[in-house]
Amino acid sequence: MTRHLLSIDDVSAAEIHELFETAAEMHDVQRREVKKLPALRGRTVINLFFEDSTRTRSSFEIAGKWLSADVINLSAKGSSTSKGESLRDTVLTVTAMGIDGLVMRHSASGAAHQVAQWLDIPVINAGDGMHEHPTQALLDGYTLTRRLGTLEGKHVAIVGDLTHSRVFRSNIKSLAKLGARVTVVAPPTLMPSGVGDWSNEAGFATCYDLDAVLPEVDAVMMLRVQKERMSGGYFPTAREYTVGYGLTRPRLALLKPGTPILHPGPMNRGLEIAADAADAADSLILDQVSAGVAVRMAVLYHLLAGEEALA
Amino acid sequence: MSVVIKGASILGQKTADVYVEDGVIREIGVSTGSTSGSDHSASEVIEADGLVLLPGLVDLHTHLREPGREDAETVLTGSQAAAAGGFTSVLAMANTNPVTDTAEAAERVLDLGREAGLVDVQPVGAVTKGLAGEELAELGLMARSRARVRVFSDDGKCVGDARVMRRALEYVKAFGGIISQHSQDPSLAPHASCCHEGPISGDLGLPGWPGVAEDVIVARDVMLARHTGSRVHVAHVSTAGSVEVIRWAKSQAKKDGTWEVTAEVTPHHLLLTTDLLRGYDPTYKVNPPLRPAEDVEALRAALADGTIDAVATDHAPHARHDKEHAFVDAAFGMLGLETALSVVGTVMVESGLLDWAGVARVMSTAPAAIAGLTGHGREIAVGEPANLALVDPSAAYVVDRNDSLSLARNNPWHGRTLTGRVVGTWLRGKRTFGA
Repeated sequence: MTRHLLSIDDVSAAEIHELFETAAEMHDVQRREVKKLPALRGRTVINLFFEDSTRTRSSFEIAGKWLSADVINLSAKGSSTSKGESLRDTVLTVTAMGIDGLVMRHSASGAAHQVAQWLDIPVINAGDGMHEHPTQALLDGYTLTRRLGTLEGKHVAIVGDLTHSRVFRSNIKSLAKLGARVTVVAPPTLMPSGVGDWSNEAGFATCYDLDAVLPEVDAVMMLRVQKERMSGGYFPTAREYTVGYGLTRPRLALLKPGTPILHPGPMNRGLEIAADAADAADSLILDQVSAGVAVRMAVLYHLLAGEEALA
Repeated sequence: MSVVIKGASILGQKTADVYVEDGVIREIGVSTGSTSGSDHSASEVIEADGLVLLPGLVDLHTHLREPGREDAETVLTGSQAAAAGGFTSVLAMANTNPVTDTAEAAERVLDLGREAGLVDVQPVGAVTKGLAGEELAELGLMARSRARVRVFSDDGKCVGDARVMRRALEYVKAFGGIISQHSQDPSLAPHASCCHEGPISGDLGLPGWPGVAEDVIVARDVMLARHTGSRVHVAHVSTAGSVEVIRWAKSQAKKDGTWEVTAEVTPHHLLLTTDLLRGYDPTYKVNPPLRPAEDVEALRAALADGTIDAVATDHAPHARHDKEHAFVDAAFGMLGLETALSVVGTVMVESGLLDWAGVARVMSTAPAAIAGLTGHGREIAVGEPANLALVDPSAAYVVDRNDSLSLARNNPWHGRTLTGRVVGTWLRGKRTFGA
C-alpha cells in the first residue's frame, strides 16, 4: 500500500522519532559544502500548490533537490472553485505525466485526503485549509526536541488563532505523540468549535489567560493572526488582541529563563509577536526554517526512496 | 384497463383485495385468496400476500434540475426515480436555471412532468426573483397559472431578510399559499459552512454550520407567521432546537386558530450523522449538514409525535464532477427519492416509532395537505383515485448506487442495508413502477 503523509495520524510516535533521526543526518548534510545526496536521483516530485506559499514550497523544493529528485513547481491557484476543473481531474492530469510523488497544498480542508484516494503515488500534505500541516508540526517537534533534549513531560503553550490554524491541529497531535503536555491559549472566539469535548479526548488544556500560562511552560508557540480575522469580528481591534494575546516585551519577563519561542511564520511583528520576542536569544524561529528542509528531506526520503520507507 | 391487488394489507392493517378500474378504486373486497369474486374481470392480477398497500407517496421537496442541469437529472429521470420510490407526486424546487420565478417557468416544469407521465410534478415557485432574497417573485401569477403554484420556496437559500419574509407570508394568504423556508441564518452560517459546528468540524477544520443558525430563523419565522396570520413550512428540519420551537409554535397556532406552522424532515437527517464527514467524502455534504446523534434522536421523536408533519427527500442529484472537488468546494446534496421509504421503514417502522398507517400519514396524507394537492394523499377507499404504493415491509436489501434510475450517483446509502422496499407504484391506476 502506498504510504502518504496526510496527517500526523499517519505516523506513530516511533516513526516520528525515526524521522527525526533521519532529519538529524540530513541536517548535517545541510552544513556541508556539497549538499546533494543521490537518494532520489531519477525521481520526479511535483509541488502542486493551489494556494500561495513561499516558505513551504521553497523548503520542499530545496529538500527534493538536495536529495537529487527532479522537482517541478506547479501553481494551480484558481482551479479550486466549483466552476473550474474538478480537483480529481486536475490531479489526475498532473500525475499522468509520470510523477513519483505529490506535495500538495490546498486552501480546502481534507483536499489531500481526497486526492490520496484517487492516486497510487505518495501524497504529502503541505497544508490543507484549516485542517493539518504535518511537516510543519514535525519540524516544530524536531526543533524543540533538539533544544530541550526531549519533549517527554514538557509543557508547551500554543497561542493564537486556533480556529483557523492547521499548524495547531497538526501540532496538537504530534506534541502528544512526543509526550508533551499542551495548553492552548486564545480568546473564546478563536477557540475551535467544540474544543471542550475535543480537548478532553485529545488531552490538552485550554485557557483564555496568557499571563497565567506563560510562567508555567517550557516552550511557547505563537500562531499567526491573519488580517481578515479582524474584519470577521473575531476580536475588536489589533491593539486589543496584542494586549490580550500578543507575546509582548513585558510578557517575555513572565517566561522562565531560556524558554524557547516558536512561530511558524510569516510573522505579524507587533501583532501576535513583538520584535523583541521574535529576535530574542531564545527565539527558534530561524532554526525552524532550517529544520524544515531537513525534516522534509527525511519525509521525502522515507516515502519515496523505496522499500525501507517508514518501516 | 383494470387491476386487482390481492391480499395486501391496507396501511398494514386489514387485508383486502383492491380492484382498480379507469384510474379509480372501484371495489375493496375481503380477501378470499385466488377465488376472490372481484378479480374475474381484472386484466391484471397482483398477488400481494404479505405486502403493505399505501397511498402513493408525496414528496414536498425534490430537485429535478431541469431546466438547466439536465446532465444531473431531468424531469423524466427524476420522475422515474420517484415512481421507483413509491411516489405519485413530487414538488419540484425552484432553484433551476432559469429559476422557477414566473408563471411561464412554472408551466414549463408542469408540462415536462406531464410529458414524463410517471408522477404528478407540481412546481414550487421561488419566493423572490432569482432567489436573490430581495424582491418578491410573481407569486400571484404563478398561483393563477396552469401550474396552480401554492408552495413557494427559495430553497437552497434562506429568505434572510425579515421584511421580505413578512411580506411573502402576508401576500400568499390571498390564494392559500405557503412559504417553505430553508432556515439558515446567512450571517451565522454563510455559504461556505458545510459541517455541523462542533467537535468534528473543529477537528476536521471545516467551516462550521451551527444548529443555532437554523433555530433562530425557525423562531423568527413562526413569530412572523403568527403576526401575519399565515402559513409557514419549515423545510428539512435538522436540529433539536428547531423541534422545540416548532412544538411550542404548534401549540400556540392550535390555540389561536389563525395561522399554521408545518415541518418536514429528510430521510438522511433521520439516520446519518456528522461523523460520516471524517473521510471528507463529498457524498455526505448536504445542506443543512448531517447533525449529531442527539439531533437525530429528537427528529425521530418529533416525526413520531407529529411535531414534524412530513418526510421529504430533498433529493438533490449532482453530476459526478460537481462532487469531485475539495469538500468545501463540492456541491451540496444527496439522492433520496428511491430510498426514502426504505429509510423510513428502517428507522421508524422497525423501531416501532411509526406503524405503516403512520408512514402513510407522514409520506402521503400530510405532505399532500400541506401542498394543497387534492388528488393525492387520499384514503384507500372506493371512489378514490388509484394512487398507490405497494411495499414489501420485510425486504432487506443492500443499496447499490449503480442500481438507480436517477442520472446521478451521489447516493449516501450505497452499501447500507435497508428494510422495506417499494415493489409497485400506480398513478391513477397506471403502473409506473414494478414488474
